[in-house]
Amino acid sequence: MRQEGAASLRRWFGICFLSACALFLLGITSSAQQSNPAPELLSVPGEAGQRGGRLVLALRAEPKTLNPLTAADAPSREVIGAMQADLIHINRATQLTEPALAKSWKVSPDGLQYTLTLRRGLRFSDGQPLDSDDVLFTIRLYLDESVHATQRDLLIVGGKPITVKKIDASTLVFQLAKPYGAGERLFDGLTILPRHLLEKPYLDGKLPQSGTLSTPANQWAGAGPFRLKEYIPGQKLTLERNPYYWKSDTKGNTLPYLDEIVFLFVPSAEAQVLRFQSGDTDMISRLGAENFSVLSRQQRGYAMTDAGPGLEYNFLFFNLNELGEKASPEMARKSKWFHETKFRQAVSYAIDREAIVRLIYLGHGAPLWGPVTPGNPRWVNSSIPRPARSLEHARSLLKDAGFSWTRGAGAEEELVDSGGKSVEFSVLTSSSNNDRTKMATLIQDDLKQLGMRVQVVPLEFRSLIDRVTQTKEYDSCLLGIASFDADPNSDLNVWLSSGGQHLWNPSQAHPTTPWEGEIDKLMEQQLATPSHEQRKKLYDRVQEILAENQPMVFLASPDILAGAKNAVGNFHPAVLEPYVLWNAEQLFLRNGHDSSR
Amino acid sequence: MIGRLQLKFWLVTLGVIHLAIVGAGFFAPYDPAEQDRENPYSPPMKIRLVDEHGRIHLRPFFYATRPSERSFGRVEEDPDKMGQMYFFVSGPSYRLLGFIPARLHLFGAEGSRFHLLGTDGFGRDLFSRILYGGQVSLLAGLLGAACTLLVGGLIGTTAGFYGGWRDVVFMRSAELFLALPWLYLLFALRAFLPLTVRPLEAFLLVVMVLGTVGWARPARLVRGVVLGAKERDFVRAARGFGASDGYLLARHILPETSGVLLTQAAILVPQFVLAEMTLSFLGLGVPEPAPSWGNLLAALQEYSVLVSYWWMYLPAFASIPFFVGYLGVANALHVDRMTGKIDSERR
Repeated sequence: MRQEGAASLRRWFGICFLSACALFLLGITSSAQQSNPAPELLSVPGEAGQRGGRLVLALRAEPKTLNPLTAADAPSREVIGAMQADLIHINRATQLTEPALAKSWKVSPDGLQYTLTLRRGLRFSDGQPLDSDDVLFTIRLYLDESVHATQRDLLIVGGKPITVKKIDASTLVFQLAKPYGAGERLFDGLTILPRHLLEKPYLDGKLPQSGTLSTPANQWAGAGPFRLKEYIPGQKLTLERNPYYWKSDTKGNTLPYLDEIVFLFVPSAEAQVLRFQSGDTDMISRLGAENFSVLSRQQRGYAMTDAGPGLEYNFLFFNLNELGEKASPEMARKSKWFHETKFRQAVSYAIDREAIVRLIYLGHGAPLWGPVTPGNPRWVNSSIPRPARSLEHARSLLKDAGFSWTRGAGAEEELVDSGGKSVEFSVLTSSSNNDRTKMATLIQDDLKQLGMRVQVVPLEFRSLIDRVTQTKEYDSCLLGIASFDADPNSDLNVWLSSGGQHLWNPSQAHPTTPWEGEIDKLMEQQLATPSHEQRKKLYDRVQEILAENQPMVFLASPDILAGAKNAVGNFHPAVLEPYVLWNAEQLFLRNGHDSSR
Repeated sequence: MIGRLQLKFWLVTLGVIHLAIVGAGFFAPYDPAEQDRENPYSPPMKIRLVDEHGRIHLRPFFYATRPSERSFGRVEEDPDKMGQMYFFVSGPSYRLLGFIPARLHLFGAEGSRFHLLGTDGFGRDLFSRILYGGQVSLLAGLLGAACTLLVGGLIGTTAGFYGGWRDVVFMRSAELFLALPWLYLLFALRAFLPLTVRPLEAFLLVVMVLGTVGWARPARLVRGVVLGAKERDFVRAARGFGASDGYLLARHILPETSGVLLTQAAILVPQFVLAEMTLSFLGLGVPEPAPSWGNLLAALQEYSVLVSYWWMYLPAFASIPFFVGYLGVANALHVDRMTGKIDSERR
């Protein structure tokens, strides 16, 4: 009895001691919280997953840099996307803006002032705090012309750079010279860089040497879900979980779920398919329709997803540059055909877009009559005419424009212009893009039925761009543009007659044709209009003018095709880049998946 | 005698193959560039005499294909859609030997299109494309070999017959040409050609350059034969009687080289066909839509085609009897030359 009493007494003391310890510990943590507040986590919807695991995927090429200031290639952007964060982010699934590093923002009634409040307790992936000084420093870098930042153009609104004022450690005011139509979308892609790592190299003029692939992992940081762990040249790049990340799932668990993301460098699309099939990689994206159908046919342990038409639009355009005095008579003759609107319309009528979608995209795509794809429902003008293929209509247009037909030396019918010369021209395509080369072969056959003799010339991509934008010695060209955002401003450079990507006649001093002038006016107007409805109306008109004048004969848009092992959770490919890694922090591996390879 | 027989056998084989290629228009049921966009990658069709109900038909027939309902991306025979086969029918117009307009085809189908060896990604008839493709490849082979032998023969004869500094210059430059990386040379050449050159013209130009560059090997062989022939007693005798160089070459020395040249020709033709196939496979040769054996195989560069459509390999098999035929002839010629010599010396 006494013994029992002593034992219970001891137990009682034990409990008291433990609870005292617990109280003491609680006291410590609460005092720590007061000095450095707990981060304000952003809770994101989605399936709650489980921590741990390693996700492997393939990149087509090695990233050239990890520094967002200089990254221009797709692999670099893909990796940086998982390592960095911006103030306000465009959700790749909804295509709408949502809070990121800035938890909230206010716009002044005149649309000129944006007041952003940063999240509390933000840290870079190396544990250093992130505050408004980092934002000020980052904007300064972007705007410095000697840095040659790719983001600089975004920060010039109304011809003047944006100015930033710091109110306190977490509040900033951005001042614009003119209202900006797309509003806070401006802040997407402006990744906030670590001042503590970059200020010294910047002042020493050694900025290009920082954030490269040879930078040690502890010398580089970002506010994204992952941070650099290891880079093995020619083999792989490993990212590890950022423990200071600022998002949580619906259950309050801090994201990201994964411990590691491994990027393998696999140069060819064919090899990527093989690696995915054999289970070496967990996800695959940027897939061609042919490979997608092969993978879909032999599904084993993985699921393939068709996310619908992306933002890429493929088109055929003719050389509409003003010819210099040195131009040969042959060039002058061809240029006359190409400048004839009815000629371009006839070409458009003769092209079998349905066949392109069926034969080249195997049904995983959409025919196009304008630059905005069905994958962009907020901006597509669904009222532009979508005439079916009609050779009769094409012929009557050509007849109206003074063309006629003769039986040439062969038994085949030949189209001739008013001067009696036969219509013959070449189409440039990029030799590395199989889909476009095949498209050109289909178009060649389509136009043969109008009596046009078309030669397909596959060229290496760089020399093709050189011909189109520099020497301007070409007849027509088949290309595609993949906009990085659904907003029309992302293609400003294409539609403005002064734009470098105004492919059919780039960098004009003054718009050559009245309709190009009208497009210029409309695009600049929508740039400064705050209301979406108003902007939509203006951009609808741009789409109408393009469809009417056919400076580009729009062809088709491929679907975004991707696949992942069944074990990958929260896999929701989007039609915006990065197609599968946009929610990298939410991806997780289900139980039982063997991640130790 | 065995050599003679062999030679005859191989020559007949080659003759049949060449006839099929030259008369592609007659043997092929369709135009090689004609697209049947409803039937891309349709597999080879079976010629039947017995239908699915077990009835025997006197006229050969086939079933058209339709997309399979069971497995995605495959096609199957559609027993409701029957096509009849006819022989010696009028079809798409073509030009025999390039200038005789004709419409007669060996066979054709009614009711549906008939694809003996299936179709490619644009629904073009593979059988027709292989036959027509042979024309370009064969032309490349013959043209290239002719250029090479002409240039090589001339240079080799000059070097061997006159000797001295000509010999040194020609033979040293021959070594240089042998060492040239011809593939890179072609890449460079193709880049220099203007865009407005017609595809076929550009291609022929490339073949001719290829042939001209390849002169070194036959030149060295011819030089050796000429060197030997020059010292023969009857040549010395003819020279002693005051024969001119031209007479000596034409009457005594060049006939000696004919054996070497013939054997070389039989080896070079398939070599140049292979060169054309390599170039077109890499996208440097004949461009679409004209077919050649090389660009027919280029489709196999895509993994999806490689694993999904076995009939796309067929162009490779089509070229095998062609190569075997030529090498057989070369071998028989060689044997014939040796035995011929022994026979004449015995006499």
